[in-house]
Amino acid sequence: MLLAMKIKAAITAAALASPIALTIAPVAHPVDSAITEIAAKPFQYRLAGDFSREGKPAEAPLRNVSLPAGIKIMNRQVTAGEYARCADDGGCPKIPHASEMVDRPMVGVSWRDATAYAEWLTNKTGVLHRLPTDEEWVFAAGEKVRDEALPLVDPIDPAQAWIARYEAEANRARPGAFDPQPVGSFGRNENGLQDFGGNVWEWTNTCFLRITLEPTGTARVTNTNCGVRVVQGAHRTYMTDFIRDPRTGGCAAGVPPANLGFRLVVDDEKLSAAYRIVERGFAKLAVGL
Amino acid sequence: MITRRIAFLGAAAAALIVAAPALAADDLKLPRQAVELVAPPFVHPHEQATKEGPKIIEFKLTIKEEEVVIDEAGTKFQAMTFNGSMPGPLMVVHEGDYVEVTLVNPETNAMPHNIDFHAATGALGGGALTHVSPGEQVVLRWKATRTGTFVYHCAPEGMIPWHVVSGMHGTVMVLPRDGLKNREGKALRYDRLYYVGENDLYVPKDEKGKYKTYETVGESFADTTEVMRKLIPTHVVFNGKVGALTGKNAMTAKVGETVMIVHSQANRDTRPHLIGGHGDYVWETGKFINPPEKDLETWFIRGGSAGAALYTFRQPGIYAYVNHNLIEAVELGASAHFKVEGEWNNDLMKQVQPPGPILPGKSSAAETVVKIR
Repeated sequence: MLLAMKIKAAITAAALASPIALTIAPVAHPVDSAITEIAAKPFQYRLAGDFSREGKPAEAPLRNVSLPAGIKIMNRQVTAGEYARCADDGGCPKIPHASEMVDRPMVGVSWRDATAYAEWLTNKTGVLHRLPTDEEWVFAAGEKVRDEALPLVDPIDPAQAWIARYEAEANRARPGAFDPQPVGSFGRNENGLQDFGGNVWEWTNTCFLRITLEPTGTARVTNTNCGVRVVQGAHRTYMTDFIRDPRTGGCAAGVPPANLGFRLVVDDEKLSAAYRIVERGFAKLAVGL
Repeated sequence: MITRRIAFLGAAAAALIVAAPALAADDLKLPRQAVELVAPPFVHPHEQATKEGPKIIEFKLTIKEEEVVIDEAGTKFQAMTFNGSMPGPLMVVHEGDYVEVTLVNPETNAMPHNIDFHAATGALGGGALTHVSPGEQVVLRWKATRTGTFVYHCAPEGMIPWHVVSGMHGTVMVLPRDGLKNREGKALRYDRLYYVGENDLYVPKDEKGKYKTYETVGESFADTTEVMRKLIPTHVVFNGKVGALTGKNAMTAKVGETVMIVHSQANRDTRPHLIGGHGDYVWETGKFINPPEKDLETWFIRGGSAGAALYTFRQPGIYAYVNHNLIEAVELGASAHFKVEGEWNNDLMKQVQPPGPILPGKSSAAETVVKIR
């Protein structure tokens, strides 16, 4: 868990810093889902968290970022059958009333359940598997990402933004079906990856941050809450890590995610080594936006 | 499945069912007014205070048995409704009016039905005089002698609770002729009215914990009765479906507008609360001859009744209107939203300092220790 968090921290730092070019040899992989490797290239990323400037709400910055060494990510979400194998093995909590449709995405899982699965798979395969960071998810999802810069809450008149956000949420197109659908039902994106932005929202490892944007331009993290993680899908939201059912645990007013599920990234050794180098410089890099 | 118990009415009930003596159509010699009913949460146009005299107000209720969807997961439910909505429509008349209801049970239905008006007097609220089999209609007239909001519901012997929790209930509002008043006799008027009908639902589950669906309403009776007898609903909904009054269907108002919220629960207690607001004037028991209570946080609607609350919105934004058993509100569906436009009032509420790091230093009031001798 700690290793996973360090990796996440390193990747966050790396994403915020200038790109580091590395060559990684592809690794053959013993998991059910095919893994796609996407080479690093710059992309637009709207930072996650709550931002303020001089005590007033500020828009989350939109940055050009690049993952240091690209990404290796599952082509699809983890299925119910795959999760069941972990649960039967004692590696994951059994989810009551989980779907029997073993070939469909696993839903009704919390961040903790997903992390348990990733650890179990890591032990089984000897290769580090983990949830993606929000940056990695956005990079992999490509054209399927919906960048919603929702209206800022003005402390003088907070209601304007509340109403605008409520209307934006109410007007979001809902997925046609609520139940998990056969893999591929929501199409492929330009990277050949399936079902981004369908009716399953995916856990990431990124924690909820409160960040002050200083006049000098640096970003200062004033609070890190890893009890709340970024959830990505047809829209981005934040969810407490033990929530399995987004209906009642999600967006307060407005439309919550239909389902919570996940896919994993593969983090093989050479990548890990690169991140450990980066990690040492993390403290300095965190404010170097 | 219809048992003999249901198919053959009890002797006691049968004794009450008499053909109504044939009366001359207009023995009352009063003007008539036909009213076109509107689906909740809205209400048909009506006067609050009226200068007109008593009338015979004509309403038509057509019973629809139909499969509906009751939540976002797509759970199907065999509902029985008045006019195709859960709850049935709100009817508004004045004290001294006569309510003439034509109750239609189309041939396409499977069940016998009737109607009991809590505002009416005699014959089980009209239930004994309105039994209709599929393919029949009946006309009942009753005098609105008491002011207030009153539930009506279907109540056929042998399956009364089942019809009610399947959606067959609604509300009649009998206004005083000179409109609503506060304790001091000052007139109270509303700019808009919303009718929120709350329904407890008891949907059977299979061995795997999934909600069961049934081909016909009759087939659901036995399983549903088993769930009902445990007295724990699987859903508690406003306007027939989880989230029915949210998102694009959120109720709306403007700062400065006075809204009347009529809330009925034909079967089970509830306690409405407007999150971010109050009940300026609340007839908790729903009867207008009693002066309203003022400034309520949460009010109690006893099962089998309807209440009314007036509130003048003072802040813009999003409000939730809930049954304040929060488990029922959030987990079972008993939540609605108001979207209110207008200008924010910083005097009423202001975020003095946004969330940020905990500051060290000077003792706050909370840290001051007061020694008491």
